[in-house]
Amino acid sequence: MLIQFYNVSKIYPNGVKALDDISLKIDRGEFIFLMGASGAGKSSFVKLLFREELPSRGQIFMNSRSIVRMKRSEIPKMRRNIGVVFQDFKLLENKTVAENVAFAMEVVGAPLRSIQKRVPQVIKQVGLEGYEHTFPGQLSGGEQQRVGIARALANEPLMLIADEPTGNLDMDTSLEIMELLYDINRKGTTVIMATHAQQLVKSAHKRVVMLEKGKIVSDSQVQFEEQQI
Amino acid sequence: MNMRNIKYFFSEAYKSLYRNRVLSLATIANVAICILILGAAVLLTVNASSIISNLESDVEIVAFIDKELSAKETDLLQSKIEKIDGVKTIVFVSKEQGLKNLQEKFGGTEYDLGSTLGENPLRDSFEIQAVDPHQVPDIAKNIEILNGVYKVNYGKGVIDKLFQVTKWVRVVGVAMIFLLAFGAVFLISTTIRLAIFSRRKEVYLMKLIGASDWFVRMPFFLEGIFLGLTGAIIAVLLLALGYSSLTGQAHTILFLPIVTDVRFLLHIYAGLLAAGMLLGVIATYFSLNKYLDV
Repeated sequence: MLIQFYNVSKIYPNGVKALDDISLKIDRGEFIFLMGASGAGKSSFVKLLFREELPSRGQIFMNSRSIVRMKRSEIPKMRRNIGVVFQDFKLLENKTVAENVAFAMEVVGAPLRSIQKRVPQVIKQVGLEGYEHTFPGQLSGGEQQRVGIARALANEPLMLIADEPTGNLDMDTSLEIMELLYDINRKGTTVIMATHAQQLVKSAHKRVVMLEKGKIVSDSQVQFEEQQI
Repeated sequence: MNMRNIKYFFSEAYKSLYRNRVLSLATIANVAICILILGAAVLLTVNASSIISNLESDVEIVAFIDKELSAKETDLLQSKIEKIDGVKTIVFVSKEQGLKNLQEKFGGTEYDLGSTLGENPLRDSFEIQAVDPHQVPDIAKNIEILNGVYKVNYGKGVIDKLFQVTKWVRVVGVAMIFLLAFGAVFLISTTIRLAIFSRRKEVYLMKLIGASDWFVRMPFFLEGIFLGLTGAIIAVLLLALGYSSLTGQAHTILFLPIVTDVRFLLHIYAGLLAAGMLLGVIATYFSLNKYLDV
């Protein structure tokens, strides 16, 4: 079991109850869609996963270790198991594609040799060969998100968390990004993707966790007619 | 920590300084001014103390003795005064010597004071120095009650005022130094805060990717130290130049006991450089705010 949520609630200081008594288990190698309207609690769920926020109540375990009771000094190590992909990409504009990817490895103190080996690998994996020395500003939205995904993969995380990764992209580009995420999942990485793009979810045949007003209202494999992707 | 990390920290600090170069320069200039005034205040305080302790040690008691006292009685009186607690030295000044001193002090050589006055109006006297200038009033009182003493002078009010001035120079000096140091810390921490703010996306990413706290903080500490130290270096250079040219003149023109001990001055300058660095560290510490706390 990779992730376990036990009766987790998140209430913000302003009184907003973002998550209300959530319990959930996520296995290694799963691909999960986290769905819900804006304000349903998707972002809070994601933030709890990489411990940007702490739950107000309940416990969260990763690899059977509580990330709630974790010491501050242990957080960095825990986070190295997680790759995060953002809706707005969060690329560093003054760094090239290769530098953006290398950045993720540099800040965790990876040896130069493994950076030089790994960076071309992930750039190839996301289909951006030839763009190594391009700056993010010169890339399309879809290409920028590929850089974001390559950066998230650089440290070979157990789990990829994607928060509305296609939120800023058109449909065709979104489908390409989805293909990439499926591919990553097939290679063994657990993928948790928060989205409200129903069309993407329908065609995927993956586990869908539906959030509404901070509660899980359904958690199942949704069946829909096959769609040509 | 390996060499590549160290290189990374320095290059990040350098990039950040360069990116905000106008602000960095302004901060360095501000720190330089702060340290300059700080250094000036330190030198002023040190010199004021030196001048005052010089003046203090000059404070002496003059005890005039009765005209009809014999030489033997005078010797006896001298030994009595010597025994008083806190007396450092006692020198007998005959009235002839006293007149000569007076002549030197006022008349020079072209004007004969003795012939103008006719009979020497002065008395024999003792010049007494105290171990601690603060004891002068008490010692003077003890001498006054001895037989054969005509009058005791020690410049009552002057001493009290002098001590008050000394005290205030020290208090104001220290207060000024604290105020200025506070100002410098505030300036550097503002710059660092802006540096963190302008790099908040990077910092956020670093934290989420799993960089350790010290890894994230190190470039900012280097930046703060650089700002503090560079400002201090400029200030010390200006201060050293200004002070050395000033001391030359002060010695010849004002006859003031200015501090010129090179080793002592080097200590002050080194202290100022260390202070600049420390200001940078403290300021950075205070500005590691919410952007680093993800």
